[in-house]
Amino acid sequence: MATKTQTLGVNAPATSLSNEEILRYSRHLIMPEVGMEGQLKLKNAKVLLIGTGGLGAPLGLYLAAAGVGKLGLVDFDVVDFTNLQRQVTFGTSDVGKHKSEAARARLSNLNPDIEVLSFETQLTSANALELFKDFDIIVDGTDNFPTRYLVNDACILLGKPNVYGSIFRFEGQATVFGMPDGPCYRCLYPEPPPPGLVPSCAEGGVLGVLPGIVGSIQAMETIKLILGAGDSLAGRLLLFDALGMKFRELKLRKNPDCPMCGKNPTIHQLIDYYEFCGVRGEEAPAPDLQVPEMTPRELKMHLDRGDDLYILDVREPHEYQICNIKGHLLPLGELPRRVHELDSSREIVAHCRSGKRSAEAVDFLRKAGFRKIHNLKGGILAWSDEVDPSVPKY
Amino acid sequence: MAVRVIIPTPLRVYAGKKDSADVPAQTVGEALGGLTTQYAELRKHLFTDDGKLRSFVNVYLNDEDIRYMAKEATPVKDGDVVSIVPSIAGGNSGK
Repeated sequence: MATKTQTLGVNAPATSLSNEEILRYSRHLIMPEVGMEGQLKLKNAKVLLIGTGGLGAPLGLYLAAAGVGKLGLVDFDVVDFTNLQRQVTFGTSDVGKHKSEAARARLSNLNPDIEVLSFETQLTSANALELFKDFDIIVDGTDNFPTRYLVNDACILLGKPNVYGSIFRFEGQATVFGMPDGPCYRCLYPEPPPPGLVPSCAEGGVLGVLPGIVGSIQAMETIKLILGAGDSLAGRLLLFDALGMKFRELKLRKNPDCPMCGKNPTIHQLIDYYEFCGVRGEEAPAPDLQVPEMTPRELKMHLDRGDDLYILDVREPHEYQICNIKGHLLPLGELPRRVHELDSSREIVAHCRSGKRSAEAVDFLRKAGFRKIHNLKGGILAWSDEVDPSVPKY
Repeated sequence: MAVRVIIPTPLRVYAGKKDSADVPAQTVGEALGGLTTQYAELRKHLFTDDGKLRSFVNVYLNDEDIRYMAKEATPVKDGDVVSIVPSIAGGNSGK
């Protein structure tokens, strides 16, 4: 069911555009659907972006270019080289800078007529309501479940729309939550998946263009909300499959029993979202499995001594192609059915990229009766840092 | 009678990397049961140990959420599409 978008915000303080602004926005102004009235709505709109990464990049660029008068950017992270493949707000010279500040500089350069505020902080239950209250629309471009539930709940408590987008590898989802009479995130997903049942992004990866497409859809929905134009995605979940290049649409209903936005809500304030999500969204580290470890230097010493060691690489074949330390490749997912290929009488050192998947492998093998097995602490990343810098990190 | 079950990206690794499967079924529950018989590793991602559909797994028949129909007992007809819609959270740093 498509919901007509409603005009948001109060009477516009700005009532005219400068000549420079008229020139800048001329392709909007000559469209009857935007026109001077719409452009003034954009100028008076206040939008808060949660996350300035993959989704936040097209969001920030397009909303700034379109003339959204006040843009807030919330991110506590720092730009690194692996971000540049998809976070197109940033350039190589931004590596090492705070994302919110680097994005603020980029967007201010793109459009000096708007106000861009950077909030170099992690969104928490303690600061969310205070941060949100000065904005009309909140756009969720985060990457973890705790923050997504936090954004949702804060939006419902304050009665603000939440323009939602999320991605995984080549698949995306987008909708608008928190509209009057519309569903919220909890109506769709009452509970987060337990950690471990959803592959993390590090295992999953993401095709660089995908956040560009999904973030652009969020930007379009945000602009429609501001203009009060068209049919909003509220009440509809847009699913995008980039490989099949297919868009599908599912109906989203407001759940009358929703604990947040239902008839008798039971949640009246923000909660501890890390606890709610079993501590660990995708971003937070999984609880450390207590397994025997070996450091990269210890492994090097054993190898130099010529000790009989079997190196078990539990990553995926395409990761092995990026770099390897001549281990025997047996991906974690195949371990249960291929466990007979391993010799439990030999010393085994398991490794992956960072040590997390191989800890699971060691835990599994110990339960299967293997005793002479260690996890390479810190994985191939630590091997590169501590033993052989010629091994590339990814 | 066969329905097509659409397997989302995060679960394809447990389903022979397939994006969909055609399963003979009379109900949505049978379609999911048929799918997990074909791909046993999928089972724990969709069902709890006592065989209930996990609460964070959304299942749609065509464009309608089965929670607002007869849930797993919702009847299906030839050519229907059953979608499994998982929560995905990625979007920012994607580390």
